[in-house]
Amino acid sequence: MSAPQDTDGGTPPARAARAVRGAGVRLLVLAGIARRGLNQHALSTVVTALSAALASGLVLAVFAVSAQTREAFTSGALGIDAVLGARGSPLQLVLNTVFHLETSPGNLPWSTYEAVRADPRVARAIPYAVGDSYRGFRVVGTTPERFELEGADGRPLLRVAPGGRVFDPGRREAVLGASVARRAGLGVGSHFHPEHGVGHRGGEDHEHEEEYVVVGVLEPTSSPSDRVVWIPIEGVFRMGGHVLRGAGSYVPRPGEAIPDEHKEVSAVLLKFRGRQAGFQLAALFNQEERAATLAWPVAASMAEVFDKLGWLHRVLELVAYLVVAVAAGSILASLYNAMGERRREFAILRALGARRRAVFGVIVLESTAIAALGAALGYLVYMLVLAAAAVLVRRSTGVVLDPFFFHPALVVVPLAMVGLGVLAGLLPAWRAYSTDVARGLSPTS
Amino acid sequence: MALLELADVLVRFPDPEGRPETVLDVARFELDAGEHVALVGASGSGKTTLLHVVAGLLRPTAGRVLFDGVDLAGLSEGRRDAFRARNLGYVFQSFHLLQGFTALENVVLGMAFGSGPDRAAARELLERLGLGHRLHHRPAQLSVGQQQRVALARALANRPRLVLADEPTGNLDPARAREALELARELCADCGAALLVVTHDPAALGEFQRVVRLDEISAAARTAVAAGGGEGGA
Repeated sequence: MSAPQDTDGGTPPARAARAVRGAGVRLLVLAGIARRGLNQHALSTVVTALSAALASGLVLAVFAVSAQTREAFTSGALGIDAVLGARGSPLQLVLNTVFHLETSPGNLPWSTYEAVRADPRVARAIPYAVGDSYRGFRVVGTTPERFELEGADGRPLLRVAPGGRVFDPGRREAVLGASVARRAGLGVGSHFHPEHGVGHRGGEDHEHEEEYVVVGVLEPTSSPSDRVVWIPIEGVFRMGGHVLRGAGSYVPRPGEAIPDEHKEVSAVLLKFRGRQAGFQLAALFNQEERAATLAWPVAASMAEVFDKLGWLHRVLELVAYLVVAVAAGSILASLYNAMGERRREFAILRALGARRRAVFGVIVLESTAIAALGAALGYLVYMLVLAAAAVLVRRSTGVVLDPFFFHPALVVVPLAMVGLGVLAGLLPAWRAYSTDVARGLSPTS
Repeated sequence: MALLELADVLVRFPDPEGRPETVLDVARFELDAGEHVALVGASGSGKTTLLHVVAGLLRPTAGRVLFDGVDLAGLSEGRRDAFRARNLGYVFQSFHLLQGFTALENVVLGMAFGSGPDRAAARELLERLGLGHRLHHRPAQLSVGQQQRVALARALANRPRLVLADEPTGNLDPARAREALELARELCADCGAALLVVTHDPAALGEFQRVVRLDEISAAARTAVAAGGGEGGA
């Protein structure tokens, strides 16, 4: 008669190898049981996984989309160091001149532009005159120098696509941003009439009489510049209905040069010769003269927006965390509620020789699988939110969000979701662990 | 030496008032290797509890449960689980097949915690029981008789040394019940397993090598026999 098989025989290495193989097989068996358990409660599994996906996706979106938006608005290549404008909010100045949002805080006399351009600390000074639009796109009057601003790589930030050229400052010519050309259906050789104001109201009543011809379309830049109609600054001065108030009211007459004292600019983009110039000119304009505002550094002004909106980010974070808590709770509840009807299943498994820790493991595997499925689907939710955010941001600012933008949350959040899944499974698993086998097997149970 | 030996086994549970209530009291019971024994007793006399104790699902309040000389009552729960997985097969009255699994998977699960899953062996066993065409059917898609055979296959899948059957024919008509018991005995004999069957079917008792009445192996019976100087035992 052979001895009962309550111990393993063989040499220690053989026993160890057998134990490892056995553990692997048992894990596969438990995974199979867990999979079948999830299949048996497919509806509950899918709904719970979707709630986990929503939670994971929302947290990802809150962290990654907001971080990317902040980066896009605060660290994009601008080619300038500062913006000089009328006395007021530096933020409004930056939003208006760099992102072509909001309204201009006011005008500066032409002499201020001339003075700052002549300052040896200033490498470039580019005037802006704004106030008109075309089909909702801002019209910016400037000089050809605007197209010479370079990025960190030394290449021009705005490049006219082949077949076009930069406007002649003395003619009614325009260069269109890529989005304007695409959405307005204009190309080189097209004619259009700018409209009064910056709000798109449509209709001939709001059109200026002056007709402009498109001489160039910019290559796409994924920046707010894609949404701008660039015309010579002289054109803005001479646009019908415009009154220059640099020195009393003055309406330019055709064929007659405009005296400089009547000219005004909305803002001046500045490129300094060194960082020290920024400190000095900021002190000059913002603290000493106090006749104009120097927004410097530009990125700091934009960062201020996000800092001011920090509370909103925290609220969104809180909401996302609450959704995560609800998702973890729903995993717990769905598994815990199923324990009653699965008591017999676990009792049978125990009767077949499964240890308590095996049935515990089955439930933890199930909760982990639901959370992992949710975390995977969470990427889909994140991509959908990102796509929606990208469309909104691009439509309103021209800034393009990168779908492949990396943020640590993209790794941490799904892992945390899986970890929460493990935790959510502990209580139901404990209930399975505590199954009374004898009662579970009784015919009346 | 007996394959299974119970000595002075006592199982007590608290009653609703919290007082200990004896639900099983066995003075002595032995079962030899390969022996086929029927266990009978009144309802509520502790037959199922005895099977649970033998299976290691329940640790007795007192006494020894020796399986081939190893005292199950002295093993930890984990070792009893492993012991059960490797040495015992269990057939339940209502079969207790796992509803989410096919017939084949149910049998494979019977091996999973013991010798390890072996689909080929499980398939062969089911084919031998005439279920080759029902391998991938779930319990709900099988007749009662077919479920009973799957349960028997699962109990035998690990080639156990002892098969416990708790009223395995309770849900079958008399003809099928005799057929099922015959099959169980035949399969146990083939693999050399002992068989301990709890049954209420008087017609089936004659087929067993030995019939044990639970009240005759109880401590109370022994005391009565000792006091009267008469015969007793199983």
